[in-house]
Formats: sequence, structure tokens, C-alpha cells
Amino acid sequence: MNSSLLSAEGLSKRYGAVEACKNISFEIQEGEALAIVGESGSGKTTLLHLIAGLMAPHSGRVSYRGRDGVRRDLAEMSEAQRRALMRADWGFVHQDSTKDLRMNVSAGGNIGERLMALGERHYGRIRASAAEWLARVEIAEDRLDDSPLTYSGGMRQRLQIARNLVTSPRLVFMDEPTGGLDVSVQARLLDLIRGLIAEMGLAVVLVTHDLAVARLLSNRILVMKQGEVIESGLTDRVLDDPQAPYTQLLVSSVLAA
Amino acid sequence: MTSRPYNFAYLDEQTKRMIRRAILKAVAIPGYQVPFASREMPMPYGWGTGGVQVTAAVIGPEDVLKVIDQGADDTTNAVSIRAFFAKTANVATTTETQAATIIQTRHRVPETALTEQQILVYQVPIPEPLRFLEPRETETRTMHALEEYGVMHVKLYEDISRHGHIATTYAYPVRVSGRYVMDPSPIPKFDNPKLADSPALQLFGAGREKRIYAIPPYTKVVSLDFEDHPFERTKFDAACEFCGATDSFLDEVVTDDAGGRMFVCSDTDYCDKRQAARNKDAAE
Repeated sequence: MNSSLLSAEGLSKRYGAVEACKNISFEIQEGEALAIVGESGSGKTTLLHLIAGLMAPHSGRVSYRGRDGVRRDLAEMSEAQRRALMRADWGFVHQDSTKDLRMNVSAGGNIGERLMALGERHYGRIRASAAEWLARVEIAEDRLDDSPLTYSGGMRQRLQIARNLVTSPRLVFMDEPTGGLDVSVQARLLDLIRGLIAEMGLAVVLVTHDLAVARLLSNRILVMKQGEVIESGLTDRVLDDPQAPYTQLLVSSVLAA
Repeated sequence: MTSRPYNFAYLDEQTKRMIRRAILKAVAIPGYQVPFASREMPMPYGWGTGGVQVTAAVIGPEDVLKVIDQGADDTTNAVSIRAFFAKTANVATTTETQAATIIQTRHRVPETALTEQQILVYQVPIPEPLRFLEPRETETRTMHALEEYGVMHVKLYEDISRHGHIATTYAYPVRVSGRYVMDPSPIPKFDNPKLADSPALQLFGAGREKRIYAIPPYTKVVSLDFEDHPFERTKFDAACEFCGATDSFLDEVVTDDAGGRMFVCSDTDYCDKRQAARNKDAAE
């Protein structure tokens, strides 16, 4: 009996002649953080889109165990079910926060949107949870009515996280969540994400090219190269004792400060 | 007798049939926007080309037409559309709400209660209530199909957080028959309660956007709101300067450049009727 939260079996995706993902299988357990690392063009973002249901694979299947304990194939769910899942059970944190945030809507409205989508119709309660979440991601409460346009890059990223976590999802996909931020802001954001993962028992699928981010946030790691998973295992094992030549190259390429 | 320059009510019979099919579908699915092959009309977009096509499709030789613009029978838009149908369909026209069988309107619902014998035709500029939050048509259609209306409340949330109350005063979104969220066209929210359970058939035509939608008679129409910020009808502190009405929608008219202003009924027929009744009482 398969007890995993999400499982991928034999996923493949081609862009014309280019094979972006070749026959990839893995599982994610509840509360587990999995990092997908690799260089640009290795297919890690494609893989993330495949398992998040944003793209259909050419072959293979992705299944997800819902809150009711029933395991469903993503491709066999109706669009309504899939979108409901994305709103309530899943979160997606993009590298570019403007993709997810509504820039012409206040921070409070951004955080409250998922609650309203799930049928909350009490303004006071929506505002209270928005304020609470703003505090949890360490943004001053008096910025609640400001548009994200007035926020810095790091604040936008934290706002995006609040917006995704307000409905207490079980699984969050993150695509380079710290990309494009300077190192001190990155460090605080990583700290925050790590705290939230532990506190909420979130399962996370994290795509990153930064091995330091993978080491900080993930329990397990998949190393990708040219559409294939060339090595996988516990994060510490893979990073401290890399087996595949390519992984050894990746690990040795990290600059020590 | 030379041949008539126009077919009855300007549009050719095939076109009217196409529009009637769209109307039937719209009535069958209350609040759903039905696409239709909107025609070029001899007037600019924004002047009521959608409303005119709907009126042309439902009007018959025995009908009596009233046209209002912001409640008034005597504004350019109303006068020219009335003249258009008087010329092309040779129908009787009126300014009296009770005497009309078809009322084409821009931005108002008449104050006088409508009956089962009447059809109200609205001119609609932007039929999609989700448009300002979601610019993609493919996405808004999916949202309607899946009843994903959370973003409508995001708009209302923004109003309250900025102004302390729901500051949307016109084109206030409604949910029709418990299903589709609909833009009631830019009528003041004062008129929203009149949409619900109306004995008259209400048809909405958007010419440029090529959409027709409808509220059948006696249909449930609910204005969106929050539990702790319920929908409120606009209230006026003044009475109409001419007829003394306190229950109608009032226009504020600036009378000089020293801050002088007065409030008058926006529904001219309603106001005229009340003034006539008052003068009659005074004479007796």
C-alpha cells in the first residue's frame, strides 16, 4: 500500500526533439521537503510543472492522496477538482512574485483571496487572518492596506508565501523562491520558510540551482542533468558524499565564502 | 408605393432570428453571457448598439416603445433611439412607463413598478463582471464555468479596506438564480433590488462585446456582499426639488458657481407624474 502524499511514475516530457524529462519516478511523504537541483536547462522546472498539474506529461502519471485519504490520478481529475486542489491543498511559490500576486490589490486582499475563494464571507475574519499572516511572515502590520508595488523584492516574496499558506495547504511547490534576492534577504527568507515548514508540517517540492538552499530546506534531494535524475538520496548524504561524477562537479563548484 | 427603405425594425429577418436564438438561450440560463453575431448599427459603439439590436429582435408592430437614458426621456441618446424605431418599425412611442411594452434603458431602472406585459432592455458597455480583475477571456469563461467567484469579493474587500464601506455604487455585481455572477450594466446600486423578482423580462445587450444575457421574470437576484458589511441601497438626505419624492434616485444638479445645488428625480416620467398629481390636488 502506497502511503506517499504525491507520487510520480515514469514522467516524460518532450519539447520537439528535446527531451526535458526522461522517465522520472519519485515519491513525496507527508511533511517531507524534497529539493530538485541541477543546472539551467536540466529540466527541473519542467518536472515541477508536471507534478503540479500545470503541464501534461507525454507519458507517466502523477497521483495525489487527498485529505480524504483517497489517491487520485491528476490526469483523471476534472479541471474543477484540480483547481480546487490547487486553491485549498496546494501552494505554488514562484521565483517572480508578480506572477502570483495581484499587484493592483492590497496585501490584505492578496492574502484574503484564497479564503474568499473557499467561501469565507466575513470581512472582519478575512482581515484578521490577513493581518496575522502578515505578522507571521515578518511584515509590519501597517503595510496591510498597501499594494505589493510599494514592497521590496524580499517582502513581495514573503507576501507570496503568506498568500499561499493562509489556507493551510499540505503541499507547497517552490520554484527558486530565493532567486534574485541579495544574500542577507535570502538568509532571512530561508529562515522563515524553514520555520513555517516545521511549524505547519508542510510537504515541499523545491526547485533550486543553489545547493546551499537545498541543504538548508530539504530532507531529500534529486539531482537532474539533461532531463534525467542522476542521483537521489538524503540531502546530507548527496551533498557530503556525492556519488555521480556530475554531482561531484556540482558540489565542488560551490564557492566557499 | 415604393419598396420600404428598411426591413421592419432595420435588421434583416435572419439577423433577428439569430438574436432571438441568443435571447432564448440567455433566458434559459439566467445571468449567462451568450455570444452573438453583433451587427454594425447606424450609431457609434457606446450609444446602445447592443440594446438597439435586442429591441429590434423583440419588437413587433403593436408594441409601444419607451427609451430612457439615465432615467430621462429627453436626452439625445433616448430621443434618437426612439426616433430610429419610429422610423424603421413605425411603432408607437411613449414617455410613460406604464404605457410602454418595451423599455430600452441606459443606466437606470424606472421607478414605477414594471408588469408581466413589459420587457426591459438594458444597454451594456462591459458585460463581464470579472474583467477588471482577470483580463483573459479564456480564464473568465473558465471561472464562470467552475463558479470561481472569489475574486469578486476581493474587489469588495479592497473597497472596504480603502473606504471603510463598499464604495462600488454602480455596476454592482449580482448573483443570478444562485449561479452566475452578472454585471447589471452601470445602473446605480440603488436599482439593484428592483432586478430581483421582477415581473418583467429583463434583457441585456452588449453590442461591441457581442454578448446577450437575461434575467427571466421572478428570478432571484442577490447583490454580493460580506456578512459583516451587507449590501445597502443608496440613501439620499434630500427630497426631489420638483416633486418632493424621497423614494426615488436623485440627480445632484449644480445651479451656480457659489456652491448652489439641488436634487431632482433622475426618472423624468416618475417626476412629471408626481408633479401633475400634486398640481391637480392643489387645483381641487
